[in-house]
Amino acid sequence: MARLTLPPNSRIDSGKTWRASSGAGTVRRFVVYRWNPDDGRNPRTDTYEVDLDNCGPMVLDALIAIKTELDSTLTFRRSCREGVCGSCAMNIGGVNSLACTFPIRDVKGDVSIYPLPHLPVVKDLVPDMKQFYAQYASIKPWMRAVTPPPPDRERLQSPEDRDRLDGLYECILCACCSTSCPSYWWNGDRYLGPAALLQAYRWIADSRDEYSGERLDDLEDPFRLYRCHTIMNCTRACPKGLNPAKAIAEIKKMMVVRQL
Amino acid sequence: MRYRTALSVVRGAGAAKDGTRHWWAQRLTAAALVPLGIGFVAMVFALLASDYRDARAALSHPVAATLWILFAVALFHHAQLGLQVVLEDYVHSRGLKILAIVAIKFAAMALGAVSIVSILRISIGS
Repeated sequence: MARLTLPPNSRIDSGKTWRASSGAGTVRRFVVYRWNPDDGRNPRTDTYEVDLDNCGPMVLDALIAIKTELDSTLTFRRSCREGVCGSCAMNIGGVNSLACTFPIRDVKGDVSIYPLPHLPVVKDLVPDMKQFYAQYASIKPWMRAVTPPPPDRERLQSPEDRDRLDGLYECILCACCSTSCPSYWWNGDRYLGPAALLQAYRWIADSRDEYSGERLDDLEDPFRLYRCHTIMNCTRACPKGLNPAKAIAEIKKMMVVRQL
Repeated sequence: MRYRTALSVVRGAGAAKDGTRHWWAQRLTAAALVPLGIGFVAMVFALLASDYRDARAALSHPVAATLWILFAVALFHHAQLGLQVVLEDYVHSRGLKILAIVAIKFAAMALGAVSIVSILRISIGS
């Protein structure tokens, strides 16, 4: 059955509080999930007081300030700090988003920060993305065609056909959508999840790809595709403003239409 | 210790090449249940103050009996499709899941058959 309570070794204790220095101006409290695989202890939440007068506006700025000024043991992924790499996806104030593009002022009260839900945790805010990437690989995210490309130029595409890829190609695979989906939480081992399905549709919708039928065949499965129950958390979560729910609906539509 | 690669888990036994019929049947029965359900409820309400003889008279009309049978078929078909999805979502022990799905399908067929026989008996039986 679906597990509704955490196993004893996953219950979250409350941890230390790191006070801001006495000269701090605008202080904001960040409650951050901590777990270290090496110390054998339960996860905990540490509270950090951050002086927003000496810190950038985004949640990632606060995390970097915590790591450099308060507690260098805090572990998280980040790279581009401008919403194109997808590394710093985490659960901020109960919402999956990118720490680098999420303004601190959009959170009311204490800013709670947890790793992406329902993925194994490697350490602190770093989740294990192995299966998520395997799901992406399984949809064969590259152009597949029988017709060889013209010898003297690239495969051509009309501007209208290119427009059909808008809203699909921008996905940065941050996993905010898939890890916000209850269906992915319960059946993530068999359901591909919104991110992989959006990418699958990105290739089905590409006018240059000649394997739409095989791609649909590979998705036609009660779990891989049809675990989507149009909950729409994916679309609400997407920090890039994409609509994975619509892409999944288009795949389902094509499945029916090719039978009629 | 698990030595299977993540990709081998994801690829699993491959796509079942099924699921579209299930999904489509669920939508079709849902659409059919809107008018059939309204008709059924309206007729039940109209007969609330009546006795068994009035009910038999109303259901003796072939259109009324047919609509009731269609309602029962669509209802139980839709119910077992939906409950199957719920079981697939939440029951993760394979044996229990298969057992529960089979039980629900048998129950839906039995209840549907009982409904049809009952409607026919009221409509044309003695």
